[in-house]
Amino acid sequence: MYDQFMIVGEAFKNVVEDGRVVGFQIGVRLPYYRGIVLSLIGDTDLFVDGERMPRETMTVTVDGKTYPLSQLENEPDAKWEFGDVGILTVRMPGGLAAGDHTLQLKMHLKISYVPVGFSGSDTKTLTLAA
Amino acid sequence: MTASVSIKRGVSLYCFQEEYFHKRKSLEDLLATCARLDVRGIEIIGDQMIRGYPNIPDDFVKQWHGWMDKYGLTPVCLDMFLDWNKYKGRIMTQDERVESIRRDIVNASKLGCGVIRVIHDIEPEILERLAGDAERHKVTLALEVHAPSDLDSPLEQRLIALYERLKCPYLGFTVDLGIYCKRLPRVVTARYLRDGMAPHIAEFLADRYDHGQLSAVDKKGADNEKMVENILKMGGREQDIYLAFMGTHMCNSNPRRLLDFMPHIKHVHAKFYEMLSDASEYSIDYNEIMPVLVEGGYAGYLCSEYEGNRWIDDAIEVDATEQVRLQQVQLKKLLGQAA
Repeated sequence: MYDQFMIVGEAFKNVVEDGRVVGFQIGVRLPYYRGIVLSLIGDTDLFVDGERMPRETMTVTVDGKTYPLSQLENEPDAKWEFGDVGILTVRMPGGLAAGDHTLQLKMHLKISYVPVGFSGSDTKTLTLAA
Repeated sequence: MTASVSIKRGVSLYCFQEEYFHKRKSLEDLLATCARLDVRGIEIIGDQMIRGYPNIPDDFVKQWHGWMDKYGLTPVCLDMFLDWNKYKGRIMTQDERVESIRRDIVNASKLGCGVIRVIHDIEPEILERLAGDAERHKVTLALEVHAPSDLDSPLEQRLIALYERLKCPYLGFTVDLGIYCKRLPRVVTARYLRDGMAPHIAEFLADRYDHGQLSAVDKKGADNEKMVENILKMGGREQDIYLAFMGTHMCNSNPRRLLDFMPHIKHVHAKFYEMLSDASEYSIDYNEIMPVLVEGGYAGYLCSEYEGNRWIDDAIEVDATEQVRLQQVQLKKLLGQAA
């Protein structure tokens, strides 16, 4: 559910620190109908033009705080509210080239009351401004 | 139908989740919508529309009651969840589970909700430990009987034994009327096709469901595997298996079975997937169910719970307001209330 609203294109941009492009980011919404604590976020994969981004290069920023994607299981209290847009940042020196990119985001949420949890997948082609 | 006057109509804000998700409407806007639709009983999912839940600020509680007064609404039910797997590498102890629900009870009490919809994966021992808290706060813990389980499923039967032993009026069931789903909603099969499921597999699932041959209907666990096997044999994709599990878990139980357990029915979710323009539901026969609730003397709330939204949101903008309006037209009619 909400699959096609997972990737929020408006937030797509390269990230600049001290004048250097250090990566890029997109906005993300969870494919689920309630807010959940971050530790329930399971496998999260982002593909850019078919290439899978290594999970250890990604962070998630929710409600003003930033968490390494690989450490979310340590967050049983911090909440990602229903419908809120988080920011997924990928560390990648040089970032992405200006122009069109096809992004695919897959997420699995470890929702305990259903045997298979909840999964979502969204693919969008977005334009990175020059 | 004079007995019908004791059944009250309400709505779960779950119905309007798209508008909230897309931030087209705030919680207050949704409450105003409910008042406009003349549905006065309100059910809310804490985790969905109360930021920071289970920590509810006093300001929110004050505002909530202010809204209830302003729009002439009544808080009815708080829906809780128990994320017992949220701690790394372990599941919650029973004490932690009890503590978590204890907090929900206090929250329900603060919000003025006399019922908590208890998620269905809670053990009877936990409810037994909470009976005293429920009674003290006058908050009824109503475990949700939800497809693919029904009142005759093992957990429900264990709970009935518990309820009959404890005779605590604050423990019981929420019945989700999705357990009386006569045919697979067509919004589900239409979505299957849009998601790329081969038409013969979608037809197979609908046909099997409609003829009572899917696991959810006959409750034979082995059929789950058979369904997977069949989908794969028919050339289905892994995604089709997920779609099948998410879309065919309703069941087609006999509503008259409610009459055997009426004292334990504390709350009802008037589940619907698609209201037709003549104010009838495509796959759940309310003409059959409502007289049973009336006959049994049900005196609680019947809260609209729209779940067709998640099956159509890829194709069209969900219009939950119109869908809830249509269902309430049907409920009023069946309750003998003026339109």
